[in-house]
Amino acid sequence: MALLSVDELSVTFTAKGRKDSTAVDGVSFDVDQGQVVGLVGESGCGKSVTSLALMGLLPDKGVRVGGRALFEGEDLLTMSPRKRRDLRGSQLAMIFQDPLSSLNPVVPIGVQVTEILRRHRGMKGEAARKEAAHLLDRVGIPDPDRRLKEYPHQLSGGMRQRALIAMAVACAPRMLIADEPTTALDVTIQAQILELLKELVDQEGTALLMITHDLGVVAGLCDQVNVLYAGRAVESAGRRELFAHPTHPYAHGLLGSIPRLDAPRGEPLSPIRGSINDRISWADGCAFAPRCDHYTMECLTGTPELTEPRAAGHQVRCVNPVLPKPQAEVSA
Amino acid sequence: MSLLELDDVKVHFPVRKGILFDRTVGHVYAVDGISLTVEAGQTYGLVGESGCGKTTLGRAVLRLVDITSGGVVFDGTDLARLPGEEMRGFRRRLQMVFQDPLGSLNPRQNIESILSEGMAAHGIGRDQGERREKIKDILAKVGLPANALSRYPHEFSGGQRQRIGIARALVLEPDVIICDEPVSALDVSVQAQVINLLEELQQQLGLTYLVIAHDLAVVRHISDVIGVMYLGGLVEEAPSDVLYESPRHPYTKALMSAVPVPDPEVEDARERILLAGDLPSPANPPSGCRFHTRCPWAQERCASERPVLTDLGEGHKVACHFAREIEEGTVEQTRSTGIDAVVATKAVVRKDAEVAQEAGDPAAAGVPSAAAESGADASVGAGRPGTGTAAAEADAGGADEAPAVPAQSTAESADAGERSPGTG
Repeated sequence: MALLSVDELSVTFTAKGRKDSTAVDGVSFDVDQGQVVGLVGESGCGKSVTSLALMGLLPDKGVRVGGRALFEGEDLLTMSPRKRRDLRGSQLAMIFQDPLSSLNPVVPIGVQVTEILRRHRGMKGEAARKEAAHLLDRVGIPDPDRRLKEYPHQLSGGMRQRALIAMAVACAPRMLIADEPTTALDVTIQAQILELLKELVDQEGTALLMITHDLGVVAGLCDQVNVLYAGRAVESAGRRELFAHPTHPYAHGLLGSIPRLDAPRGEPLSPIRGSINDRISWADGCAFAPRCDHYTMECLTGTPELTEPRAAGHQVRCVNPVLPKPQAEVSA
Repeated sequence: MSLLELDDVKVHFPVRKGILFDRTVGHVYAVDGISLTVEAGQTYGLVGESGCGKTTLGRAVLRLVDITSGGVVFDGTDLARLPGEEMRGFRRRLQMVFQDPLGSLNPRQNIESILSEGMAAHGIGRDQGERREKIKDILAKVGLPANALSRYPHEFSGGQRQRIGIARALVLEPDVIICDEPVSALDVSVQAQVINLLEELQQQLGLTYLVIAHDLAVVRHISDVIGVMYLGGLVEEAPSDVLYESPRHPYTKALMSAVPVPDPEVEDARERILLAGDLPSPANPPSGCRFHTRCPWAQERCASERPVLTDLGEGHKVACHFAREIEEGTVEQTRSTGIDAVVATKAVVRKDAEVAQEAGDPAAAGVPSAAAESGADASVGAGRPGTGTAAAEADAGGADEAPAVPAQSTAESADAGERSPGTG
């Protein structure tokens, strides 16, 4: 059985006097031990809200969460707050996008790292401090003893993200959720952090749920990729399969609109027209239809189902998928 | 003659201290001696990581920041020494598109007001009616509906706002547009739209661009010539394709290898050059070559002598003492390309296992992961792979080689080695 099995997760934000807004509209995926699963999509596709729902970090009021998320057989969504607190940080940990705003600016790094060790591993005093130094060392922070006494603003961006990763892996969690862990960093630092994450997965067998908008990062890191659009997975496949044969027009368009460092220059990019509109729901047809070059009237009748038009395990939510036809080349 | 020529431009920001007695205690060397030329009708791309001074350089061209020394020659006139009133006239011909499309548009001005303000200031159009016609023209060019005129910035999406920013530059009929991170705030699907728009406009209107961005793939896509900046200086400059085919400066090589490519085949096959550590502070830049503190090939000479940008032929310029030697492989690597950056690479695991076997300690050889971890710990702590291996050796083989390692580091690594199986 999968370590984490998310089934039809949905998150709706409600407010008095306003229409409900559905951020996640039925997302399902599995994460196995030692596996890296990617959730990819543009801003507003619901990828971050998915991670917050899994961690139980959404506010209690004004949010309606549906579906199931079984972590080692127990539903994260209906778990008691007390139980969830025990789980969070020890079995299930998260790395956030912006390391500066995720660290407490007025508390030294050392206190923030040892807090987890005290809470979950019952360590105290010198033992906790030593372990914290070891953790910082493990994630590649030079001179950890000095760094433990410093405040977040004294660390560089890459170092802060490393500190955050150290805190996340402090209790050797079964699963890590990384929400855009490298978006705020420069490419050379990004390469360092990705390499570190890869290692944690390889060595510890930690499962990693990688949430990102960068298809390049996905290509290098993830085993299984889910492409989200407007709160639903539109395509799900192994990374090789997905990048070789993007079949949903959105995934196809996304890959066509990225300038590649290794592609010949001079050809214009083929962007997807328009921009994401979060007011379009999946209930009355495909939410991507207004931006799609392939859409027909069929697309506007009910939510399209996930099918496997191309290969087993390669799921696509589209009635007019992009399948190889020599004459019908996709154009922007 | 080229349209825009920068000659040894320096922008140093003073660092002041003290409340009563205001004194300068140092400088931030944001831009430290940059010379480049931008040909008319071409696109010059400037890349570099945050803090390398690329944005400051773009602002310096428009004199939005004061130039400490050097010349900015635009169409035969040195802007760096121009008095304010004359400079104002030149600003019409040099326009800028900013990174954050919402932050650079006044939220309380409608689009017509935003776009006509500059025109009025530069005396373009006799009255508002004439200006409005012209604005409508430009709006159509950048792909915005004509009814945008009476709307406000918040009513538009990110991509549309960036189009407004581009329109604001275009209404003044500039010769050069400086684009500072024009697409980095946009989603990829929208990013492509704006990139295509910039290219179309260049073809239609014969514009010259100076594009400043951190995304190498974007810069390579739109630029004819690319300059790579590191800590206030240009380290390499080459035609776009040449730079990608054969990067010569170690920093460019590392940068290229760090950019993720959306293709698993490429990602799996390639070798990454991982740089150690972070960008040094521009307030206290390293001596000699600015890059020598992170360069995998750094030699003694690099620490003392700053390399100048030299032409290798075909417009490919590199600021590196050993560019040729690195290419030929005749210079030795002084730093591993990964070990400092990453905790324990596979190479270390292998090396440490070998070392442990040589040392004749079956127990240590049998647990490569523990040995690797302690080895990596030590190497990260000491900052040199050499000492790291020595420490691991000492750890595994019974402290025979211990004198080579500082005592504290050995103790720490042994400590870590003991604890690591438990935490794993």
